[in-house]
Amino acid sequence: MTELTLKINGEDVTANVEPRLSLADFIRDHRRLTGTHLGCEHGVCGACTVLMNGEPIRSCITFAVVADGTEITTIEGFDDDEPMAQMRQAFHENHALQCGYCTPGMLVAARDIVTRLPDADEARVRLELAGNLCRCTGYVGIVNAILEVLEKRRS
Amino acid sequence: MKSAKFDHQRTSSLEDALAALGGADGEARIMGGGQSLGPMMNLRLAQPDLLIDISRVSGLDGVEETAGTIRIGARVTHARIEDGEVPGVTGAYMRTVASGISYRSVRNRGTIGGSVAHADPSADWPSALLALGGGVVIAGQDGERRTSFDGFQTGPFATGIGYQEILTGVELPTLGADAKWGYYKVNRKPGEFADAIGAIVIGAEPRAVCGATESAPFRVPAIEEKLAGGVTELSISDARDMISAHDPGFDDYELQIHAVALSRAVGRAFA
Repeated sequence: MTELTLKINGEDVTANVEPRLSLADFIRDHRRLTGTHLGCEHGVCGACTVLMNGEPIRSCITFAVVADGTEITTIEGFDDDEPMAQMRQAFHENHALQCGYCTPGMLVAARDIVTRLPDADEARVRLELAGNLCRCTGYVGIVNAILEVLEKRRS
Repeated sequence: MKSAKFDHQRTSSLEDALAALGGADGEARIMGGGQSLGPMMNLRLAQPDLLIDISRVSGLDGVEETAGTIRIGARVTHARIEDGEVPGVTGAYMRTVASGISYRSVRNRGTIGGSVAHADPSADWPSALLALGGGVVIAGQDGERRTSFDGFQTGPFATGIGYQEILTGVELPTLGADAKWGYYKVNRKPGEFADAIGAIVIGAEPRAVCGATESAPFRVPAIEEKLAGGVTELSISDARDMISAHDPGFDDYELQIHAVALSRAVGRAFA
């Protein structure tokens, strides 16, 4: 067992974990933050995307012990975040989710697109979304939601 | 899809990491960003006994330019390269390559040194850097040594790094303003591992690489000679013949997509 100290959604957390425990399983099973979803567990589908020190990462292929000393933000940690509030509203209005499985990862990736690439056009948004798979709505609503937030933030 | 058990050792310096490697019982693996090794461990294709974590080791995360050479620390992420930290024409080439590696959330963690040391034939850096030229810096108990990218990768997931050594960085040539480059990756979806790679860099001398093979990427001298002679385009059928001369074990489809990749890479270099 290895000791681990980190911040999750602003809260200081200390735990003893097995090295093989993924950050995603730590977040879900040990912290009961089940908004982070697990799809493929090898870094392809994007459902497990969370922020580490403000940047999106895959929590399924990051071991919890590696997150020692970092600040993690999961989908539950964006209540007071303006771009995420805009994104939630836009997802709602554009039918950008159906079953919701991919949505936590989609929202974290979408927030990264609008904050990192304020001038992105539709082609760029689609390219940036290549790492997040949605198997029910398709991507039209999701892309429209992101474009809407980009437009709102530009004006 | 959960990793097998392993011991984890955090290290804070290169000396620590080398000592951990020297004292390891069983298979030890170095992990930087863990974006290739992590999935392989989840899939249990890799089952190291000890994971030596160098993600906090200082001194491996810089980009420095000296006369004619750009040294990039092993821990520099693909995202930092994508965002333009490597200067000049060399940097422009590397930005293009980096932006096509997997997805932003992987590029934020994955490192150039990790990718080169992991030596997945389908990954971008092994082919892209062989085309660029330069080499790697490797640290061991007896100090540092350098070796060229030519001959460094010996097969799939196999390189000249010894069991007691750690790759600490890459040293790349500074391309001049008149240098030309073209990179073409065949894959069915942006960010995927490549089915074929064509990489052309025309700096001090032309270098042409056929990558994403079943083994190490290889240079194609016949294409390099043509480029040195002033040729600015390469037909797919010529590329097929020139690649075939290396007997890479391709079936017809693989030969075709590798020829297309090289032909389009030449096209991009002179676009």
